[in-house]
Amino acid sequence: MNLSKSARWILGAITGLVLVFIYFPLLVVLINSFNASKVFSWPPTGWTTEWWSKAANNDGVRSALLTSVKAGLGATLIAIVLGSMVAFAVARYDFFGRDSISFLVILPIALPGIITGIALNASFNTVLVPLGINFGLFTVILGHATFCIVVVFNNVVARLRRTGSSLEEAAMDLGAGPFQTFRDVTFPAVRSALVAGALLAFALSFDEIVVTSFTAGPGVETLPQWIFNNLFRPNQGPIINAVAAALLIAFIAPVYLAMRMSDGPGRVVQVGAEP
Amino acid sequence: MSAVSTEPMTSPPEGGSSSGSAFIYRHPRLRLAGLLAAPMLWLGVLYLGSLAIMLIASFWTTDDFTGRLIKTPTFKNFHTLLTGQVYWVVALRTLGIAIAVTLIDMVLAVPIAFTAAKVVKSRGLRYALVIAVTMPLWAGYLVKGYAMETMFINNGVIDWMLAPLGLKGPGLGIPATIFSLAYLWLPYMILPIYAGLERLPDSLIEASADLGASAGKTFRNVILPMIKPSLIAGSIFTFSLTLGDYIMVKIVGGTTQMFANIIYDNVGVANNLPLAAAAAVFPITVIVIYLLAVRRSGALENL
Repeated sequence: MNLSKSARWILGAITGLVLVFIYFPLLVVLINSFNASKVFSWPPTGWTTEWWSKAANNDGVRSALLTSVKAGLGATLIAIVLGSMVAFAVARYDFFGRDSISFLVILPIALPGIITGIALNASFNTVLVPLGINFGLFTVILGHATFCIVVVFNNVVARLRRTGSSLEEAAMDLGAGPFQTFRDVTFPAVRSALVAGALLAFALSFDEIVVTSFTAGPGVETLPQWIFNNLFRPNQGPIINAVAAALLIAFIAPVYLAMRMSDGPGRVVQVGAEP
Repeated sequence: MSAVSTEPMTSPPEGGSSSGSAFIYRHPRLRLAGLLAAPMLWLGVLYLGSLAIMLIASFWTTDDFTGRLIKTPTFKNFHTLLTGQVYWVVALRTLGIAIAVTLIDMVLAVPIAFTAAKVVKSRGLRYALVIAVTMPLWAGYLVKGYAMETMFINNGVIDWMLAPLGLKGPGLGIPATIFSLAYLWLPYMILPIYAGLERLPDSLIEASADLGASAGKTFRNVILPMIKPSLIAGSIFTFSLTLGDYIMVKIVGGTTQMFANIIYDNVGVANNLPLAAAAAVFPITVIVIYLLAVRRSGALENL
């Protein structure tokens, strides 16, 4: 598009400022994790890697990390299966109520997390607990899977719509049955979208705290919960900072990879009709 | 779209690879049912069922002494909420914060989305820009919450930056909460606007300029009406997420309470699930009214 030089310059400057606005606070967390001070102080006056090693050897951090990984893997696995099933149904079939199903899939992230959390809490309390299933890691996985389905769905449905069904029709014309068509044609086409959706679902679950705090049983503490619980305790500041910095670094590679593999980074939160 | 059509997409193959495969091939409705059964059980029964139980629980009460649920329907919780002045104050404050957050995000998002969609010519640079604004979405809620605390806390980074000017930052409180929530939800606003602008043909903007409209006039009369559904789609996220947030305000809000704190505290500390469920009706109502109001704008297709 043709714009005057000054308009380009102004837009470029605003874009730069917004990017600084986004990344500067995160940079502060990274830098401050090497701050030698025992209490929060800015700017740092000395440097140390003490907080990183203390965080790495902290029992609370380790067990919370393990819990988060378990919850994330469980929720992602369920989300992959259910999310791709809905995606195939919505992308490849025309049926009454199809729009309502797309709506139902996004509802768990369109409604605030606290609503999903309290609704699951109420139903687990009235249905599962009387059955002898108490709050624990299992209920966290149930909760996380509910809002992770949409991420897998988004990625797979976008890919299915983009690739169309002509290759599948060709395979069937050549005599392949539904299973063979799926194995040799459909699955290879959606594989990378599925991986992207799975990575993002894991990231979403790993980061979640609201639904977690309503569905976790006693003794089940995920990493975000550990951070939140320690945020208000004295003398934990530097360790929290190191954990936060580690999470920032750990997330860059998988999320970047997921975005490269999905059909455009904008698809991460976008749902619904293709443009 | 409403028509039921599950006809096979092609003529049936001469011979299926196996009898089971052929059976499934000939029964597309069965295939569809097989695909939808498990997800519908999860989302339709587990999730919608949970929402229904929550709504039913909002009419229950708890025993003051034992804390047990009393499952006799009553309007007591809604009466408590509607007559308690503190609930009104917190509800209006939360709505105000949600509106402020939404407006700030719109103002910040439009220029960067416009730059990415219309100004940047190289595909690689455009892609990099979109990734740059999307990445922080996955950086971790509490990591960002902690980052905001270091910015706003007394003698924090903002105080340090303002010190040479002889000024002091706002400290912890409502302004810090608004700023932090705007920071958290910004990518949710940028992405739909970017997608909307990408669909807007350059020729419309050029035609407007050729016909003598100033940049401001083109923005008001051409660009803004075209990206309205995107702005609404973004605002659904910023609004809904703000109404449901109780964590950021605990970190950077000082003693400020938001509406979701009422819900959270009643489930946890007060052990009054029915009152919490009744309180949850407020954000649900606001969001449903909002969704219904914007349904015709085409915003829901932009989510």
